[in-house]
Amino acid sequence: MSLRSNILDLRKRKQEVQKGGGDEAIEKQAQMGKLTARERVMAILDENSFHEYDLFVEHTARDFGMETKVLHGDGVIIGTGTIYGKPVCIFAQDFTVAGGSLGLMHARKITKIMDHALKMRVPLIGINDSGGARIQEGVNSLAGYGEIFFRNTLASGVIPQISVILGPCAGGAVYSPALTDFVFVVENISKMFITGPSVIKSVLGEDISMEELGGARVHAELTGNAHFYAQSEQECFDQIKKLITYIPWHNKQKAQSFAAKPPKKGKKIEELVPSDPRIPYDMREIIKSIVDSSEFFEIMEHFAPNLIIGFGRMDGETVGFVANQPMVMAGVLDTDSSDKAARFIRYCDAFNIPIVTLEDLPGYLPGVDQEHAGVIRHGAKILYAYSEATVPKVTVILRKAYGGGYIAMNSRHLRADFVFAWPAAEIAVMGPEGAANIVFRKEIMEAEDPEAMRLQKIQEYKEKFANPYVAAAKGYIDEVIEPSETRSRILHALKVSENKSVFLPEKKHGIPPF
Amino acid sequence: MTKEKEEKKYETLIVQGAKYQTTFTKKFKNRKVWEAPNHNQIRSFLPGTIIDIMAKTGERVKAGQTILVLEAMKMHNNVMMPFDGEVVKILVSRDEVISKNQVMVEVRPL
Repeated sequence: MSLRSNILDLRKRKQEVQKGGGDEAIEKQAQMGKLTARERVMAILDENSFHEYDLFVEHTARDFGMETKVLHGDGVIIGTGTIYGKPVCIFAQDFTVAGGSLGLMHARKITKIMDHALKMRVPLIGINDSGGARIQEGVNSLAGYGEIFFRNTLASGVIPQISVILGPCAGGAVYSPALTDFVFVVENISKMFITGPSVIKSVLGEDISMEELGGARVHAELTGNAHFYAQSEQECFDQIKKLITYIPWHNKQKAQSFAAKPPKKGKKIEELVPSDPRIPYDMREIIKSIVDSSEFFEIMEHFAPNLIIGFGRMDGETVGFVANQPMVMAGVLDTDSSDKAARFIRYCDAFNIPIVTLEDLPGYLPGVDQEHAGVIRHGAKILYAYSEATVPKVTVILRKAYGGGYIAMNSRHLRADFVFAWPAAEIAVMGPEGAANIVFRKEIMEAEDPEAMRLQKIQEYKEKFANPYVAAAKGYIDEVIEPSETRSRILHALKVSENKSVFLPEKKHGIPPF
Repeated sequence: MTKEKEEKKYETLIVQGAKYQTTFTKKFKNRKVWEAPNHNQIRSFLPGTIIDIMAKTGERVKAGQTILVLEAMKMHNNVMMPFDGEVVKILVSRDEVISKNQVMVEVRPL
């Protein structure tokens, strides 16, 4: 007797369970414009590389009629597979099964694959599409969430953790993506909030739709919870696959090397920047004229657009870029941009990615709302992040670098390894207009024509201080370079820093201004 | 084919006396402009229902005394007099449902 009948039985069982919530539920999912969990996993991973685990797991709840309910896979799919041939761990919540709600066994499946990811040092990709905690399972659901959050924290900075929000992710559930490294949202499909519109309406009387409260756009632009924003699930998967080529598989590795390629031929870099420091330009053009193939993978594009972060390649190696954007809010630093930069710097430092900082900012954004929102506390984050980062750090000052902004944007004093300045750089405690008013206050007040005296003093200050040579005279910057030399200087600096090794004073950890 | 950049309409942002041409973010354009608080107004910190009013118009009240009780977030919240003074005007009534930041009582120090 062969095992043929057993094999056929297994296939039948698999087929049954793999249908998830059944054809009707799958149809509803498609109607909402969403792919099923299984389809999503197949779309992200390499073809035929997915191996599923815990397919036959069943819930053990016995209250509220649960004993009669059959929930295939308990609403989540877990497994391993490969992306571009390299292994990843993945889980995808199945909305067709009890709304993807999280119960004890559902959470156990997720924590199992999370444990694998951490043990095996491979990236973890989590696809969230769930109505939230399974109320019928009571505290067991909460326990499940707690176990997931703890593992997110333990794995943070060891393996890349990616969250994809492809449905509702509400209440406690939403803290898991918040703890991960990168959050992907899709227009009209992602919904993230702690308290939903109906509760807000009944408690506070505020009437707001799900989309306006916690839709994809809200998180991409306002809250800063999302790092990548897509118009469709397929675009989202393409973004994930692109991101994965830039980052190392775990924290003891460097990102994959590619063939070195020069930037595309375009406008000369010195023609991209106007000489008048009050006229803006698009910093992205500068970055593109420096990186390999002029390809810049921007992160958090829509949040705090006055500061740019993202990955590029320099001679085939991944480099993290932090740059002010003069075209938005004059490139000032504020609460949001400080948060954005600080977290990205920490990510690069955790995963051995060198950081290149391109600087052109007039200072911090003034305003009561900024002060009361805690720009002091948030601004301090960027100082902390740069100071504690031990990866190679290269800074290029393009134009303005005034006051606190000069210090914060990876100055020599925060232990940048190499600091370059363009000839048009203005490294000063203040801009000429602000400084003249203070330093020459007496002369201006006592002058026959105060306005003319003011303009004259501004010009004097400009000539004396608004240049890179005062800082160069002290060795605060290493070299004043011509704009066309920028790429070659950065490349050489990174090459010299390849085996950089510094140690911080021994401590359990610091206390950053969270 | 001329390379035409769309005519960008720039705004002016003044930082430390210097005027910069740039674009504004939506958040910046929608920011709340600060208003000096009026310390003689007692405002609600949450929407809720007035369930009891202890003070009367014209009554002299000591700092810390409960003037009214606001039911919000399943709690009875005691709204207290901020300083020794007089109740000038009570703008709410019992069982009234009020919104957030609504002026409930006007007082003045004595």
